[in-house]
Amino acid sequence: MRTALLPEFSVVRDENRCIQCRVCERQCSFDVYSYDAGNNLMVHREENCVACQRCSVLCPTNALVIKMNDYTYRPNANWTRESISDLKKQAETGGVLLTGMGCDKPLKNYWDHILLNASQVTNPSIDPLREPMELRTRLGRKADHLEIRNGNLEVPDYPYVDLSTPIMFGAMSYGAISYNCFKSLAQAAHEVGTMFNTGEGGWPRELRKFGTNTIVQCASGRFGLDLEYFNDAAMVEIKIGQGAKPGIGGHLPGEKVSAHISQTRMIPMGSDAISPAPHHDIYSIEDLQMLVHALKEATDYRKPVSVKISAVHNAPAIASGMVRAGADIIVIDGVRGGTGAAPKILRDNVGLPIELALAAVDTRLREEGIRNWASLVCSGGIRNSSDIFKAIALGADAVYIGTAALMALGCTVCQKCYTGKCAWGITTQDPYLSKRVNPEIGTQALVNLLRAWSLEIKEMLGCAGINSIESVRGNRLQLRGIGLEDWELGVLGIRGAGQ
Amino acid sequence: MKNLSRVNNPYNDDKVISQCSIFGMMNTSGKLISGMQCITAITNMHERGNGLGAGFAIYGIYPDRPDDYALHIMFDTKISREETETYLKRLFDISFAEEVPIFPTESIINPPYIYRYFVHPKLKDTHEIVDEDDLVTRRVFKINTSIEGAFVFSSGKNMGVFKGVGFPEEIAQFFGLEHYRGYIWTSHGRFPTNTQGWWGGAHPLSLLDWTVVHNGEISSYGANRRFLEMYGYVCTMQTDTEVVAYAVDLLERKHGLPIEVVMDIFSPPVWEQIDRMNSGDRKYFEAIRNTYGSLLLNGPFAIIVAHHGEMIAHTDRIRLRPMVAGIKGDTVYASSEESAIRLVCPELDKVWIPTGGHPVIARLKGTEGHDVVEGGREIPGTIVMEV
Amino acid sequence: MNPVVITVKTKEPATFAEKLKKKVAYSPAKWHQIDAAGVHYKDLNRKIRAMAEKGARKFEIRNVFGQRYIGTNLWGIEREKIKIRIHGTPGSDLGALLDGPAIDVFGNVQDATGNTMNGGKIIIHGSAGDVLGYSMRGGEIYVRGNVGYRVGIHMKEYEAKVPTIVIGGTVQDFFGEYMAGGRIIVLNKFFEDNPPQRLSYFIGTGMHGGTIYIRGEVEINQVGAEVGMTEPADDEWKIIERYVHRYCKAFGFESRQAKLLKREKFIKLYAKSSRPYGMLYAY
Repeated sequence: MRTALLPEFSVVRDENRCIQCRVCERQCSFDVYSYDAGNNLMVHREENCVACQRCSVLCPTNALVIKMNDYTYRPNANWTRESISDLKKQAETGGVLLTGMGCDKPLKNYWDHILLNASQVTNPSIDPLREPMELRTRLGRKADHLEIRNGNLEVPDYPYVDLSTPIMFGAMSYGAISYNCFKSLAQAAHEVGTMFNTGEGGWPRELRKFGTNTIVQCASGRFGLDLEYFNDAAMVEIKIGQGAKPGIGGHLPGEKVSAHISQTRMIPMGSDAISPAPHHDIYSIEDLQMLVHALKEATDYRKPVSVKISAVHNAPAIASGMVRAGADIIVIDGVRGGTGAAPKILRDNVGLPIELALAAVDTRLREEGIRNWASLVCSGGIRNSSDIFKAIALGADAVYIGTAALMALGCTVCQKCYTGKCAWGITTQDPYLSKRVNPEIGTQALVNLLRAWSLEIKEMLGCAGINSIESVRGNRLQLRGIGLEDWELGVLGIRGAGQ
Repeated sequence: MKNLSRVNNPYNDDKVISQCSIFGMMNTSGKLISGMQCITAITNMHERGNGLGAGFAIYGIYPDRPDDYALHIMFDTKISREETETYLKRLFDISFAEEVPIFPTESIINPPYIYRYFVHPKLKDTHEIVDEDDLVTRRVFKINTSIEGAFVFSSGKNMGVFKGVGFPEEIAQFFGLEHYRGYIWTSHGRFPTNTQGWWGGAHPLSLLDWTVVHNGEISSYGANRRFLEMYGYVCTMQTDTEVVAYAVDLLERKHGLPIEVVMDIFSPPVWEQIDRMNSGDRKYFEAIRNTYGSLLLNGPFAIIVAHHGEMIAHTDRIRLRPMVAGIKGDTVYASSEESAIRLVCPELDKVWIPTGGHPVIARLKGTEGHDVVEGGREIPGTIVMEV
Repeated sequence: MNPVVITVKTKEPATFAEKLKKKVAYSPAKWHQIDAAGVHYKDLNRKIRAMAEKGARKFEIRNVFGQRYIGTNLWGIEREKIKIRIHGTPGSDLGALLDGPAIDVFGNVQDATGNTMNGGKIIIHGSAGDVLGYSMRGGEIYVRGNVGYRVGIHMKEYEAKVPTIVIGGTVQDFFGEYMAGGRIIVLNKFFEDNPPQRLSYFIGTGMHGGTIYIRGEVEINQVGAEVGMTEPADDEWKIIERYVHRYCKAFGFESRQAKLLKREKFIKLYAKSSRPYGMLYAY
């Protein structure tokens, strides 16, 4: 289609280096390149380029550079290039603009305004290479207190899962991501001793051997779930909301519903897989309680049940209700959380930064004396190990990573997941493209990432003179804010730097 | 830790939302009945609450003082009581006052002091022509907004609200409700989403003899509240339910609209349906939506509203919260779950699921219209029909 | 030093395999009577499961007033052979995730009956509340009387697994919303003599699979934009006959079956597209 849009990116080809090998043409899934045999030249359709960098990375002679396009509309602080382009797209189509991944707006990133403490003189720092350094984390309800009756210590049998490191792979369904990615996540979680989350796209039979490392999701679409699905897993998650698109559901377009996905989700091939905005059996908190307990009944009270919501204005109060509804784990997903597809207008405008929501939720649960009743997991824009360390110090038990895990598998955050054309083979069901992720190499990359981050967390622990992650949980004295206003420090519950 | 159990909302949430079980019953002959059925029924819906609030509204409980406003007030401290009593003595003639009898139980922790005052408002200025109800309303708001630690939670005549933090059966036991008799009983078991329970925020919420018990969340609360504030109502509880009580008061008492119209204002049909109506109905609903659009109650709710002579069970227009109605002889039931009605009255004459947005209204016999109507029409046949 | 000697007692639940090894103590042929008066759902359901593990297959439960999730925890135990009769008003989520057992309810049921049901049968000798058969993926539900709001939302099917709901009476709004598979037959049994409480609206909004057969008339403004209307084809009529017969048999209406089964009275609602929202998005 001809559009009145300026191309976003430009392809700069060094003709001296280019050998017309046509790798770029084969690698590009967005039809940017074609070969002009008459002139022995590569031809570009720049308007199709999404800057995924697949071509430039794979070009054997480094002949390609993808840059922001220099062409510009007349600069205007209100009518930015983005707002002009979006408007024109909608005038052409009359549709809702879709996008992928998390909010890319320059919202304040609070992780970058928080600094960590270190031991000096008064307490010793610890060398994590030689001394014990514990990251093991248990998720699930904890008792309020222990009781000794007739010389017996009564140990409550609350269901739980143990993690070797407080980092889990967040929900990404088979369907949203390719089978090879899904498998890589399952294998990596198994190898590391942490959990991966199936999302709501069902759970292929052959991956059920990784059950002890699997969280299965029950979302509004209810795809592929039956009693075996719940009982084969280690933990069950009810998904209410997602940070990238709080308050709405999702559609897996029919063309992505292949034979295997159809079997896994238990829906006909080629049919849209629609997840409605709400669960139609949950219109209020007591309905949530009903579903939590339905799943507990279905698993004979042997699996912890978590509930995931997006970080929204009333998150602390809602979290309190969720805990009282029987959730063993609550998950808060922040505004920067990723997605395979979401209306751009929602992704960029709805929700709260996870740092603020997490701190507020933890504070509220403690004030109400119910923090022990549930573990707290946060997600949405975790980029590195210090984000994780800070999250735990603000009150989280563990984090989910999504975008970060996909980046380990090759993702460059081009935000075109919803097109199904992912050139890196991640968010696609095209067999030609999805082969680009080798599950064994992918597994290794994910294991490497978790290993590296775990080592770094141990370094930060050692530096703080702490040898167990539970001493960081909620330890906000380890944090100081910089460049924050009083209300922000207040919500985060931390002091300013130098205070 | 803050003191969460008393009369004030401990967190400054936008609104406190509670979702729950509701149950109401009315004897349309006006016969005073014991609360055992109501207490048993609401107790059976234990699962829907979490023990952070429960309450009852009972009509016809003070037959000896039918013309006095019965103010039920909870106090945080003795000082707040003294301050309130000074205020009451200045502006009301008090015919009788006492501490509300309570029967402490282990599960009810740290209750406030609860007193009742049977009063008549004094006219400050004899030249002033005011409605007594208006005066009482204004002074109730005054106490609730300006006296620290005091909260008027019931202010009607010959009726009373009893509520607090606990499960319904605990609150019933605490107030000894088996000793009261009334011809309408409404009740509530609470599951606050947004906060720990506090005594003032438990349901029913009331103003004069209007009471509301509510299951759901009124997502339009912010808009409703700003509209009501324009008419002098002060939302003191940050509870979405209270706007219902004030809106009913505004529309029925002050604007003189029949309750059916009030309910149509709360839950009008969608525009597409209105467009298909005949011109009379269309003009009616257009007028309602255009005038009172700010009082459209949006979001999931099921409510039981009561005042003397009427009990109204109502849901939002797309019926996102459950409500079952039943009739046995001259008793009308409304409940979140049918099982609760069946438990206290296994053999019903009629039981049905009311249409969303169509109120089921039970009236005292001898008043105009039918005893029980749904959406302005006599109710249809039973839900279990014979073939 | 006089250390307290403490033994640690954990309450690890036995695995199903271990439990199954336990001695069979209940006859599979007998109807086992259970009084549910005042029993919490958790205890009731555990009791049924424990008895089933020891051989019981038939249960008759009386005085049921609001107990939830009956049938949900029955898996791993010859579940297709389990039969449950319920007297009273069971609580919401009756037969949630049900996979095998057959449940008869002598009374009305509340909300979310057959929630995400996978197999088995629920026969309701009364009426049903809201959200019946939400996301149902297999099995059959028969309702003698009426049903509430949002019934059959997001039912789905896969290959031979086609969930079916037969409703004797009337339906309320949002019926078959988001329907992705399966079939629902509405007999509107009282249609001619006794009109329904109110015409139902928003039927099949977002429908992208499955079929609804209604005995009676439906105006175009009652159904969602995604819904097409036609007459049932010959093979579909056979399906209707089969299930109406089963309905009549379940409730003893065989003598009136012929009156119900007049083909010209039935219409079929279907999804116009399996991709209802394909055009909603741009770029």
